[in-house]
Amino acid sequence: MGVGIEVQDLNAWYGTNHTLQDINLHIPANHATALIGPSGCGKSTFVRCLNRMHETNPTARATGTVKMGEVDIYNDASPVEIRRRVGMVFQRPNPFPTMSIYDNVISGLKLNGFRNRRILDETVERSLKQAALWEEVKDDLKKKSGASLSGGQQQRMCIARALAVDPEVLLMDEPASALDPVSTSKIEDLIFQLKTQYTIVIVTHNMQQAARVAENTGFFLNGKLVEFDSTHKIFTNPRDKRTEDYITGRFG
Amino acid sequence: MSTQPIANQPLVPPRKPSRTNVAHRALTNQIVKGLAILATLIVLAPLAAILFYLVYKGARSLNLAFFTRVPAPVGEEGGGMANAIVGSGIILALASAMGIPIGIAAGVYLNEFGQGKFLGNAVRFTADVLNGVPSIVMGISIYSLIVMQQKHFSAFAGGVALGIMMIPTVTRTTEEMLATVPQAIREAALGLGVPKWRTALSVSLRTASPGIITGCMLAFARVAGETAPLLFTALGNQFWSVRLNQPIAALPLQIFVYAMSPYDEWHRLAWAGALVLITLIMVSVTLVRVYASRGVLKGGS
Repeated sequence: MGVGIEVQDLNAWYGTNHTLQDINLHIPANHATALIGPSGCGKSTFVRCLNRMHETNPTARATGTVKMGEVDIYNDASPVEIRRRVGMVFQRPNPFPTMSIYDNVISGLKLNGFRNRRILDETVERSLKQAALWEEVKDDLKKKSGASLSGGQQQRMCIARALAVDPEVLLMDEPASALDPVSTSKIEDLIFQLKTQYTIVIVTHNMQQAARVAENTGFFLNGKLVEFDSTHKIFTNPRDKRTEDYITGRFG
Repeated sequence: MSTQPIANQPLVPPRKPSRTNVAHRALTNQIVKGLAILATLIVLAPLAAILFYLVYKGARSLNLAFFTRVPAPVGEEGGGMANAIVGSGIILALASAMGIPIGIAAGVYLNEFGQGKFLGNAVRFTADVLNGVPSIVMGISIYSLIVMQQKHFSAFAGGVALGIMMIPTVTRTTEEMLATVPQAIREAALGLGVPKWRTALSVSLRTASPGIITGCMLAFARVAGETAPLLFTALGNQFWSVRLNQPIAALPLQIFVYAMSPYDEWHRLAWAGALVLITLIMVSVTLVRVYASRGVLKGGS
């Protein structure tokens, strides 16, 4: 089951570059939340702050509070614990090139020392079915390298890999931007099903995509959250002029 | 063309590639290709020449006795290099057991943990300097550090000398190969809640392993033929010995002794020894490569 995320006064820097400024936001549990905005506006930095991936960059730092359910992720837990509860799917599919499909999907458990064969097998099957990839790869699980799949399949495998560790939140940073339209629509169908079980935060440049999959949408501009509301409201009747300009394609 | 009705002509007539232009490009292509092939041949020629000459000079002295007997005393016919072959194997095993793990660990530190840190830069600088230390200096250093302290030459001292010589090559190749692993792959592992040390070992190192194995083989092949560091450490031995704390024979040392001797028979044995040394290096490098590429899944990029 997903958990809600409460963000209070979040600020983030890369070096001296103040990339996120005073973000306040409530992301509801078991819903999909889309983040839109022009390139460089801080959407990706924002999702990377939600699983503390942000701080893998040595010049980066962040202040403020992010509460995932009852857990304050910056004070109550280590980054490693947080990342086990928050799955992440990246812009470009990033399979482990030396591993088979099976090992890729199960890598989160295996690399954390989990060895029970029966449970590993079950988890691979469950995750690949959730990611709608099972039927396409079930015969080559251990024979083929994860990197030998097509781009769209790789991305669904990466989703399965994130789901295999049983997270509560799934962060997706432009998960379909490197994919063709058919693969994109498969990923979107997937998000529709997954949001019944997980809290999903999706960064996207594609506004139709945001409108299709997300209940709520946030608009970022120059490191600030300009507007956050129901997707319907954002796309039909935004409060802020800048949101309206962006939605209607006047800039960005 | 002019007899055809205008309506059938394309709006923009296809531009014919100019004949001279195409010919010029094809010629350039041929020239560059020829130069590349020539360069390849120049690279291969010395190796082929050395191998050919070694076979020509040494093959006749190769027989079963060469691989099963120890050197014969001066004035006696026959004898072999069994002790030197085994001795080289022992020294190189010792050297690899020390040099490869330390070298890889230092390379992992440099790329995965020590980026931009003072210690990282210090280690990188030290490795580069160590790489430039002449092998004879390495021999003298180990002589004073180990041989003088123990008051006798030993296989162990030889192994340490060669092992230290392997470290910089292994370290720098490991670092460079890890640097080619895309950051996205590390992030994939970190994003799954895998700790950083585990990511470095099980993901980065594993992804870079083919290149690292090549680096280890280069280091191995380089020290396998080293003579100077062994002169003051392993010393050489005309008799059978496999004890680590005693002087031990090694192929390069035996070749050195035989080649400097005034006897024709020994000269022939030296050639045979050189042939065996090169063959053993090539065989071991090939075996490791074949073994390391087993089980790698096909189709990955």
